[in-house]
Amino acid sequence: MLTHSQAAKEFNKDESRVDWHDKAIWHLRQNRDLGVNKIPNWQQLRETASEIKLNVLSHLDTYLEEFEKMALSNGVHVHWALDGDEHNKIVKDILEKHSVQKLVKSKSMLTEECNLNPYLEKYSIEIVDTDLGERIIQLAKEKPSHITAPAIHKKKEEIDQLFQKMLGTPPSNGDAQFLVNAARTDLRKKFLNADAAITGVNFAIAESGGFVVCTNEGNADLGVHLAPVHIACMGIEKIIPKLEHLGVFLRLLARSANGQSITSYSSHFFKPRKGQEMHIVIVDNGRSKQLASEDFRNSLKCIRCGACMNTCPIYRRSGGHSYGSTIPGPIGSILSPNIDLKKYSSLPFASTLCGSCTDVCPVKIDIHSQLYKWRQIIMKEHPNRVKQMAMKTNQKVFEHPRLYNIVGIVMRRAIKLLPKSILYNKLNIWGKQRDLPNAPKKSFKEWYNERS
Amino acid sequence: MKVGLFIPCYIDQFYPQVGVATLELLEKLGVNIYYPKNQTCCGQPMANSGFECYSKDTCKLFIKNFREYDYVVTPSGSCAYHVRHHYNIIEQNENVTHLRKNTFELCDFIANVMETLHLDASLHKKVGLHQSCHGLRGLKLGQGSELVSEPHSIAESLLLKVQGLELVSLNRKDECCGFGGTFAITEEAISIKMGKDRLTDHIKNGVEIITATDMSCLMHLEGISKRNNLPIEVKHIAEILNSQC
Repeated sequence: MLTHSQAAKEFNKDESRVDWHDKAIWHLRQNRDLGVNKIPNWQQLRETASEIKLNVLSHLDTYLEEFEKMALSNGVHVHWALDGDEHNKIVKDILEKHSVQKLVKSKSMLTEECNLNPYLEKYSIEIVDTDLGERIIQLAKEKPSHITAPAIHKKKEEIDQLFQKMLGTPPSNGDAQFLVNAARTDLRKKFLNADAAITGVNFAIAESGGFVVCTNEGNADLGVHLAPVHIACMGIEKIIPKLEHLGVFLRLLARSANGQSITSYSSHFFKPRKGQEMHIVIVDNGRSKQLASEDFRNSLKCIRCGACMNTCPIYRRSGGHSYGSTIPGPIGSILSPNIDLKKYSSLPFASTLCGSCTDVCPVKIDIHSQLYKWRQIIMKEHPNRVKQMAMKTNQKVFEHPRLYNIVGIVMRRAIKLLPKSILYNKLNIWGKQRDLPNAPKKSFKEWYNERS
Repeated sequence: MKVGLFIPCYIDQFYPQVGVATLELLEKLGVNIYYPKNQTCCGQPMANSGFECYSKDTCKLFIKNFREYDYVVTPSGSCAYHVRHHYNIIEQNENVTHLRKNTFELCDFIANVMETLHLDASLHKKVGLHQSCHGLRGLKLGQGSELVSEPHSIAESLLLKVQGLELVSLNRKDECCGFGGTFAITEEAISIKMGKDRLTDHIKNGVEIITATDMSCLMHLEGISKRNNLPIEVKHIAEILNSQC
C-alpha cells in the first residue's frame, strides 16, 4: 500500500485535475457556510450535539441494551457482531434463510468497512448499490473517495464513458440529467426485483428502538418498501438516547455536509410491515477499543457528515483514495490507526494541523489534537528512522544554546557559500520546488549581542 | 511589567530583521523588553513530528530562560500556541503554569495586553493577510471562517491602523498555506500545491505584499514565489507595524 504522501504525489501529477477536485469539494464547504450561517445559535447547537454524544459514549452499554429491548418489542430481530466477519456472516445467514438472490443496498459506510459486497458476491448473491454515487463506483469497481459524495472524484464525462460501457447508454457528452435518468431506469429494475434491502443507520433511538436513515435520493425507502426483508447495519456508536435529540442531529448533519437544511428523506423505521422481516445488525469492529481510549474516545461522536473532508486543504488536493482507508480525510485519519496502526501510520501526518476540521465539525471532535496524539504513538510504535535521526539531532542542538549558535553559523555560511548544484542536491527536499531563505550574515542573536 | 522576547529559531537564523522589527516595535510602545541570550527553540519541530519525547529538555530550557518574566512575547502564533497547549509534557510547576498562561503572540500582546489604540506606522502598499492557522484557530486571534460568530481579526485590526496600507480581500480568507513543519518535506507535493494556490489567490487579487503573524508560512510562500519569479513579496506583520515610509 502506498503511503498518503506517495499517493498524493501521484494525484498531483495532473495539476488541472487537482484544481478541479479542489474546486468541486470547496463548493460543498462554501454551501455549508451559507447553510450554517443561517443558524445564529450554530455554536450552541454543536455544543448540544457534542454533549448528547458524550453522554451516549459514557453510557453506551445501557443505551444499547435499551435500544435492543425496544427493537425486540417492536418485532425487530437484533443481532450483535464483534467484527466485520461476524457482521458479514450474520447478513449472509439471513439472506440464505430467505433464499435471497438479489439484493439492493442504500449507502452504508459500515458495510464498506466490513467489505460486505465482495463477501456476498462470493456466495453468488447479486448486490446492487442504489445511491447514485455508490452505484457509479460499483460499476467502476472502485471504492468511495468521500463518505457523502462517494464518486466526487469522477468527472461527468468519465461517468458517461462508464455508463456506455456498463449500461449500454448512448454517448451524452457528460449530460448530467441524461446520466441520472439512465441510472434511475437501470436501478428501477433492480428495486423491483430485489428479494431483500440493506440500509445503513444514521441514528438509532434508544428509548423507542426506532432508527433513522437519511438520504437525498429516497433510495433507502424504495428498497425497504418493496423488499420482503430489511436488514439495517449500524455501528454501536449510532445511538442517541431520545427522539427529542434527533432534531439536533438532523439540523447539523445535512447543513454540515453541503448546506441543505435537512436531507430530502429522513426516514424513521420502527417495525416491520405485515409480512416483512426486519433485522438490525449492531457492529463493534474496533469501536469499543476506541471507546476505551481516553485520548481518542470522542472520535466516536462522528455523524459522518464529511465536513472535515470538504474543508481539509490536503484532502481536496490529494483525493479520498490517497488515504487507502474506508473513511478518508481528517476523521478517517484518527479512526483508521485504531484499526491497523502500521498500515495507516502515514495518515495522521497527512495534515498541517491547521485545525479547520476541528472547527467545522458539527459534534466538536478535536480532530487536529487527536492527529497530534496519534503522531506521538505512531513514532513510538513504528518510528520512521530518518525522521527519528533528524529529530534526535534537533534535540541535541536545541538543548544546548552554544551548539545551537555554532550550528546556526555553519548552516548560514553553507547556504551562502555552497554552489547551487550542491546546495540543491537530491536530499534537499525543501529545495526541490522552493528556494531556501537567504542566509543573513548575522543572526538576530548576534545582532542583539553587538547592539548591547 | 517585565517582558521577555522569544525569537523563534528560524527567525533568529534566517529572518533577523523580523526579530529587530519586533524588538523596535515593542520598545516604541514603551515595553520593558529583554532578550534572554540562551534561548533556542520552543520544541515544536520535534513534537509535531511525533517525537514529543525528544522535546522535553528544550521545553525546560525555554522555561528556565523566561521564568523570571511577567510575559513572553514572540512574533509567532505557532510557537506561542505550542508553549500554551503542548507544554503539558513537562512537570507543571509554578513557572510552567505561569508561562503557559502568559506567552503571547506579538499582535495578541499589542492588542490585548498593551491595549494599544494607536500605531505610528505607514506603508503605501496593497497588503494581503495570510491568517496563519495556529494563531487564528489555535490562539483564536480571529474568527475562523468555519465558525458562526462575530467576525474579528486582531492582525487585521492592527493592519488597518497602518497609514496608507490597503488591505486586500481574498477569495479564501483563511486557508492553510501548506507549510506545516516537517509536512513541508514529508508531504512535499501537497505542501507545494497548497502554497502555490495561496500565492495565486493573493496575486489575482492584486496583493503586493503578503503578511502573516508567522514567518514560517511566509518562508514557505516566499520559497515558492522566488523559485517561480512571482510578482509578490512577503513581510512579517512586525515589519509592517514597525514600518515608516
